Amino acid sequence: MKVKVLLFANLRERIGTSAELVDIPDSASTVAGLRMHLMRRGGAWQEALADMKVVRVAVNQDMAGANAPLNAGDEVAFFPPVTGG
Amino acid sequence: MKIAVQAEDFDLSTEVIEISMNTRTGAVASFVGVVRDVAMTLEHYPGMTENAIKKIVEEARTRWQILDLAVIHRYGELQPGDQIVLVAIASSHRGDAFAACQFIMDYLKTQAPFWKKEHHPDGPRWVNALEADDEAAARWRGLKQPQRLLKS
Repeated sequence: MKVKVLLFANLRERIGTSAELVDIPDSASTVAGLRMHLMRRGGAWQEALADMKVVRVAVNQDMAGANAPLNAGDEVAFFPPVTGG
Repeated sequence: MKIAVQAEDFDLSTEVIEISMNTRTGAVASFVGVVRDVAMTLEHYPGMTENAIKKIVEEARTRWQILDLAVIHRYGELQPGDQIVLVAIASSHRGDAFAACQFIMDYLKTQAPFWKKEHHPDGPRWVNALEADDEAAARWRGLKQPQRLLKS
């Protein structure tokens, strides 16, 4: 199934893309599964998503934990802790 | 009620007048965040940012009497001295207006998806999240441990 992966701020810069449609196996249909799937690409993906202390995840624009389930067409965003205000 | 995420600047007086129309209004508290000495680029997550601010505002409305309010947060290129964020609260009494204003600012800093990239003379640098901001937000929840968004 396909999900839309979005990247923001330093993750977007390190990985070099802001959005990508990613095909993941049904067995990887959680946030943690998607993260592992992306990290297996190696390189910047592996490095940028390695330390989840500095990565937050939102599914369909709501904050989500590692165990959050994913469905086809979901929008999954990875970004660093926020620094607005 | 006004919630806006915009590149354009805002005018404090105009916003305060707009939210002070209700005749029960007895207090208006406002906060304006300003860029210090380093230019910056503010990135956000269109859609989610607006929704996150709406949720923070809804939470504030359950805690305090708010007759009207304005929350404006800018994004894009900002120079030293530029205004970044406005929170203005109209209430019948100052206690509610002050508290709601501070609550919304504390939550904005930890819950709304914005990221600051500062442009220093030696190159650009993403601003790191501050634990002090987490603690400021956690205060309102009575949490012992600071918590930035949801742990994964």
